[in-house]
Amino acid sequence: MFALLRDRKVRGILFQLLTVIGLVAFLWYIGTNTVHNIEQRGIQTGFGFLNGTAGFAINDTPVAYNETYTHGRVFLVGLLNTLIISFVVIILSTILGLLIGVLRLSNNWLIAKLSSAYIDIFRNIPILLQILFWYNVVLATLPSPRKSIELFGSIFINNRGFYVPKPALNATTISMIIAVFLAVIIIFFLNRWSNKRHERTGQEFPVLFTGIGLIIVLPIIAFFIGGSDMNLSYPVLKGFNFRGGKTFYPEFLALTFALTIYTATFIAEAVRSGIEAVSKGQKEAAASIGLSSYQSLKLVVLPQAIRIAIPPTINQYLNIVKNSSLATAIGYPELVTVFAGTSLNQVGQAIEIISMTMLVYLVVSLAVSALLNWINFKMKIKER
Amino acid sequence: MKSKIAKISMAAIAVIGLSASVANADTLSDTKAQGYLKCGINSGLPGFASADSKGNWSGIDISVCRAVAAAVLGDASKVKFTSLNAKERFTALQSGEIDLLSRNTTWTETRDSSLGLNFAGVNFYDGQGFMVHKSIGVKNAKELNGAAVCVQSGTTTELNLADYFRKNGMKYKLVAYDSNDQVVKGYESGRCDVITSDSSQLYSLRIKLKNPNGSMVLPNIISKEPLGPVVRQGDDKWFNIVKWSYAAMVAAEEAGITSKNVDSMLKSNNPTVKRILGVEGKLGENLGLSKNFAYNIIKQVGNYGEVFDRTVGMNSPLKIKRGLNALWTKGGLQYSPPFR
Ligand SMILES: N[C@@H](CCC(=O)N[C@@H](CS)C(=O)NCC(=O)O)C(=O)O
Repeated sequence: MFALLRDRKVRGILFQLLTVIGLVAFLWYIGTNTVHNIEQRGIQTGFGFLNGTAGFAINDTPVAYNETYTHGRVFLVGLLNTLIISFVVIILSTILGLLIGVLRLSNNWLIAKLSSAYIDIFRNIPILLQILFWYNVVLATLPSPRKSIELFGSIFINNRGFYVPKPALNATTISMIIAVFLAVIIIFFLNRWSNKRHERTGQEFPVLFTGIGLIIVLPIIAFFIGGSDMNLSYPVLKGFNFRGGKTFYPEFLALTFALTIYTATFIAEAVRSGIEAVSKGQKEAAASIGLSSYQSLKLVVLPQAIRIAIPPTINQYLNIVKNSSLATAIGYPELVTVFAGTSLNQVGQAIEIISMTMLVYLVVSLAVSALLNWINFKMKIKER
Repeated sequence: MKSKIAKISMAAIAVIGLSASVANADTLSDTKAQGYLKCGINSGLPGFASADSKGNWSGIDISVCRAVAAAVLGDASKVKFTSLNAKERFTALQSGEIDLLSRNTTWTETRDSSLGLNFAGVNFYDGQGFMVHKSIGVKNAKELNGAAVCVQSGTTTELNLADYFRKNGMKYKLVAYDSNDQVVKGYESGRCDVITSDSSQLYSLRIKLKNPNGSMVLPNIISKEPLGPVVRQGDDKWFNIVKWSYAAMVAAEEAGITSKNVDSMLKSNNPTVKRILGVEGKLGENLGLSKNFAYNIIKQVGNYGEVFDRTVGMNSPLKIKRGLNALWTKGGLQYSPPFR
């Protein structure tokens, strides 16, 4: 018996077993204790509250919602808003960050300095302050609804939001959507073909410009084929506010702006360090075989830089999702604001609601890191 | 960062608090042992809870904290205040971060039943009202169809608003913020046409605006808001202490005992006064307190009428009339169960 204990392997297994048992017992203890305490204090438990009427309004809802809907619906609204804002900010901050990161290394002294000043300033101010700042600036500078800024007679900007005409879903708009998809598919294959041809013959094909052309021209053609009527609903001033059309609320705009400006600084730094990590010899080699500096950037430097820049950039994407919850300060109705905030306050079931909320963030994080691993795998330098 | 971290940590505290405090429901002993009362309050609401430049808190809600501290510890100054916004308050109480919540909190059925709370009385009868920019030319809340309304989230205010517009077949655009500061900023910058809150606050809010004359309070009162101190469910002894500490202030006003005359009242031969002040009987001991707990409250904090006048009433900048908050003998609703 004791001899067995002296065996390393057996001992190892034994200790692991004990740890697991201890952990389970501890969790069990906490769990039962919590349930007991909650019951004793008369706090409701369980997920029944998700079917209860919410009773409060939400100002920006991607799906149908009013105060007679349930807390379950509030969860959905919050979740969708979190995803929407994250998606938009990810796209915009990537574009801005890429641009600034490249400009930061520009040979033009002024441009390089301006870019690095931008990075230094916006990266070091706490994001919550930036959100509040931009929000209150937006509110303070824009006019009231009756004095709205008007563009083309159909777009209105005031301190209640940004009002644009909204197309209905009909033959025209559907054919335009299909056209966009078509364009994307064509570009994909075009790119493949051009790469192959480039490898074979060394000739280049202007994929970027053709692509941009396709994305613009195809939907225009579809517009005419589809009946050239988008059946737009226009915003009109009625009483206190504009009605009709599509509204982008100041909360959404300020949050998008603040998060984009902030996150772009980190992405720019990732891009810069990626580019700087590509050894000088590579650029010199590119120059010596007669590539122009644009070609050298595009064909030699960026493909290698991106490998290095992608992991930190994706981490920033994760931060965007998490930082979007700071929206509670300005009342943009994302998950933490409406569900972990207002619903929690109405029903008081902290444990259920916070668990659901944390689960959402956990799933998003896991999904993003899975994506990261996949990209890393794809991007690995293939030894030939 | 603050709000998110605050929220998550609050929740974590809730979980830990709820799981760790095994059979620990003796708030009285805990409070005595630590030597101060943990009281949750508003972060700043003139008349209810506001701090002067030296950080001394005062207000009608603060007085309840002080009264309980005087009753339990014999010293009204032994209070640790925690400012909470509307959304944070219940979690803070449930998790044991505070032991008494005195933050203009409306007594509702849901809060009393399913949130695991107990309301220990009503220290201010309020109702919900509206304030509008004069420029929108509205004189009555019924004309507000289509307006954008600023409100603090996590309040009954938010719910009453939804009910009121629904009941009257009107539409509105909700603009809800966590902090009162941002609510006021939103209103001042014109993000919304209307601000709505418990009406006791609208007047002081209006005075603080950059241009008070540009705004007016509408005559409509759309709800009942009985505001009162709250404790956790499950500690009846503590519930009783808070309930009777508050009642002592009202009873003192009914019996004509004030902070000024309380010492001479010790010699009164009115049996009610004798029982309140602990000269006769052992009401204090029954609560687990000292004989003279009410004496301490009245001496150090004052009776209900004194507190009202000093914080929100005629001797304060708010100049709110007693109205519903007068004693029942004077046409109001303030009424103490008998001290016997
Ligand atoms: N009595 C209501 C409202 C309480 C409340 O939080 N009111 C807001 C204004 S409507 C407030 O006191 N704000 C001040 C602050 O948070 O500083 C309730 O219990 O839900």
